[in-house]
Amino acid sequence: MAEPKARLRVFRGTEEAGDFQTYDVETYPGMVVLDAIHDIQAKQSPDLAVRWNCKAGRCGSCSAEINGKPRLLCMTRMSAFPEGEPITVTPMRAFPIIKDLVTDVSWNFEMAKKIPPFKPRPRDADGHWRMQQMDIDRIQEFRKCIECFLCQDVCHVVRDHQKKEVFSGPRFLIHLATLDMHPLDTLDRRDMIKKDFGVGYCNITKCCTEVCPEHITITDNGIIPLKERVADDHYDPVRWLLRKFTGNPRPNKVPAQPTEAGKTADVSGTHRVDGGHGNKGKA
Amino acid sequence: MAGNYETHEHDVIIIGAGGAGLRAAIEASSMGLNVGLVCKSLLGKAHTVMAEGGVAAALGNVEPKDNWKVHFRDTMKGGRYLNQWRMAQLHAMEAPDRVNELEEWGALFDRTADGRILQRNFGGHKYPRLAHVGDRTGLEMIRTLQQHGIHTGMKVYMECTVTRLLKAGDAVSGAFGYWRESGRFVVFRAKAIVLATGGIGRAFKINSNSWECTGDGQALAYLAGAELMDMEFMQFHPTGMVWPPSVRGTLITEGVRGEGGTLRNKDQKRIMFDYIHPLYANETAPTEEEADRWLALSTSGQMDKNVRRTPDLLPRDIVARAIHAEVKAGRGSPHGGVFLDIATRRTPADIKRKLPAMYHQFKELGDVDITKEPMEVGPTAHYTMGGIRVDSETQQSRVKGLFAAGECAAGMHGANRLGGNSLSDLLVFGRIAGLHAGRYAKEHANLPSLDAGEIQDAAQEALAPFNRHEGPNPFQLHEELKETMQTYVGIIRTEEDLSEGLRQLESLKERSRTIRIDGNRHYNSGWHETIDMRNLLIVSEAMARAALLRKESRGAHARDDFPETDKEHFAKVNIVSRLHGSTMEVAEIDLPPVPAEIKKVLEEE
Repeated sequence: MAEPKARLRVFRGTEEAGDFQTYDVETYPGMVVLDAIHDIQAKQSPDLAVRWNCKAGRCGSCSAEINGKPRLLCMTRMSAFPEGEPITVTPMRAFPIIKDLVTDVSWNFEMAKKIPPFKPRPRDADGHWRMQQMDIDRIQEFRKCIECFLCQDVCHVVRDHQKKEVFSGPRFLIHLATLDMHPLDTLDRRDMIKKDFGVGYCNITKCCTEVCPEHITITDNGIIPLKERVADDHYDPVRWLLRKFTGNPRPNKVPAQPTEAGKTADVSGTHRVDGGHGNKGKA
Repeated sequence: MAGNYETHEHDVIIIGAGGAGLRAAIEASSMGLNVGLVCKSLLGKAHTVMAEGGVAAALGNVEPKDNWKVHFRDTMKGGRYLNQWRMAQLHAMEAPDRVNELEEWGALFDRTADGRILQRNFGGHKYPRLAHVGDRTGLEMIRTLQQHGIHTGMKVYMECTVTRLLKAGDAVSGAFGYWRESGRFVVFRAKAIVLATGGIGRAFKINSNSWECTGDGQALAYLAGAELMDMEFMQFHPTGMVWPPSVRGTLITEGVRGEGGTLRNKDQKRIMFDYIHPLYANETAPTEEEADRWLALSTSGQMDKNVRRTPDLLPRDIVARAIHAEVKAGRGSPHGGVFLDIATRRTPADIKRKLPAMYHQFKELGDVDITKEPMEVGPTAHYTMGGIRVDSETQQSRVKGLFAAGECAAGMHGANRLGGNSLSDLLVFGRIAGLHAGRYAKEHANLPSLDAGEIQDAAQEALAPFNRHEGPNPFQLHEELKETMQTYVGIIRTEEDLSEGLRQLESLKERSRTIRIDGNRHYNSGWHETIDMRNLLIVSEAMARAALLRKESRGAHARDDFPETDKEHFAKVNIVSRLHGSTMEVAEIDLPPVPAEIKKVLEEE
């Protein structure tokens, strides 16, 4: 018996020029879209460009858009789509296209370099650091991030408004939240979170949370608490006074300096820091 | 043509950005050296990211009786005493420091009740020893090293493939490669090079490895005059997914068994009690009652030395062969594996908390809820104990200035690797390789000179497939290679099969020289695959030749025609492969003698 066929419309081309090409592939049980792309490579178009590594949803390499929705190719089953209707596969829209399904995501790596690294307090006298599991549960959630950059792709501030100069995007706000909530860390990055990483640009549409393949509650558990913390430091009258007299609203943390690669972009006044409203999160 | 390339100069070049490469790069950078890190994928995507269970280190947080000597003994015993004893010793002694250092750099391991780093049980480890983060320890490790590393000043070259090492006399002078994006050539000029390119799993049809694991470092070193060692020892992890076909081979962490999972055949009988290896008989529970009592004690944090551990946690070679035997005897699961049951052993909440990635993976890819149903599992090609032969103290190969660390280096694991010893291997020997490559670079004031002829040859070799008008498709050829290795150089071997395998490899080698490529050099997947094929063929041949020479069964190497472990001859030799003219030469070399004080450590209980 012949195997059932599926039809894919795949973007072929570069940033300058490209078009859709249609391919028919034979399907089998459990087949995912990445399998179909590999089948096309092996039998029809060996020069088709796609990134992938683990094919198990662990590495976050095979990010693309399937029928317009940002997804991992390896975690999207062919059976999820109605039989007979073409499945459209396109590269992530927020980033420049290199070729076919591969995009230039180097901006993300530049952004990572700007974040001042973890700086722990000294160890306990016996050489350990003690932390309770319940105190690290919520940041362990953020550390599940596989850096697929689908959240960056779907974020309209990055995708539609291309505010890459002034806004770090959800991935790096989550990274900053991890550092801010880490029980051992001693650096205060909140000024930078406001000024350099543009937390105020996020207006909580939660698109990032929706597309996260690791099901990280990016907005409710990460960004909203971060917005609240930044807002407290800047607008809480007591903290405001503390800031005025000591320069530091969090005396147990040392203000972070921008890193070598860091650039300071002044975004104050252009957007309201509106954290705290509509926070129905679990934080 | 060869004149058209860019050149970058560094004191030390690291090839590979998994755990070992990143750790080596951090070490060399911390010595004030100018370091370049070259990787085939984007940073943070290396196969290390897939490591699930944990990192083995005798921290003694859960069982205070644990120390480096016990870890050393477990490792040597697991490796059936073919390990380089000095590497196993350094590994056991230094692993705790490396884990603590990760915490200093921001890693967040799961905690004990009193707030220290928690440790879990794993196959072949006498005590709970694996520091872990649920079942995504590799991700935590690579993310920590990556985020720490990018602030140390190293230069990272992503999506760049090295195809040849360059030499000045008997020492390395640099590396030749291309950018995946543009297909343009690039030359790295360096005083010292560290290879940290990982494994060779993509040589097998059923494997747990990412596309990158094509034996690049092993092949580059071999072509540059270094030796490969222990290549016959290919570890088949007992528990890969067997259904659906799309995910066949994808790894299921040993942590499932560490958390109480049991292996059952189609009659629901627990299989492992029938396969207890004599080497482990004293410390393994012979009955279900005792095994269950051990689980109850160990999950509640209590230990009782009179209660022995479950045979489900025997080392991987033993478990993989047990599953193979059950399937062969017709007692397997519907899709050709056996059942792994955690659902009846732990609560759904426990399973989701301790094994979140497994839960997620089965739910999304297999339509299986592992809190309610058993998994279907079978052996999958996973890890090569063999690799580049290096000096135990410095990780330097036979080629001056060329170092290797992690899975692409040999010696640490002997005939079989214990779970969790890979992540600690990466950290310990990544650091040692970075340190000694750094020292070597400091001892040499000037950059070595480059040989224009070598560069010209490398460029011609890389471009050859574009110049042919007809020839096979590289993806098709790779499929054939995987079939050949799976069938003839797989989990159980015979002289007849290995000889047939070698004949087929020879023919594949011939045909690979005629591969034809369409399109241009711009991000051309077919071209990239062609270059990977050369490396896969080299490591596959080394594996088959060494397996043919080792006429005994030991660890991961099982010969149906020589089922016994040889206590005389083969107990005392490693097997090396080297390039002689244009052919591969395999030879036996003596194991280094074990000093009296180390013998004493091995004999203690």
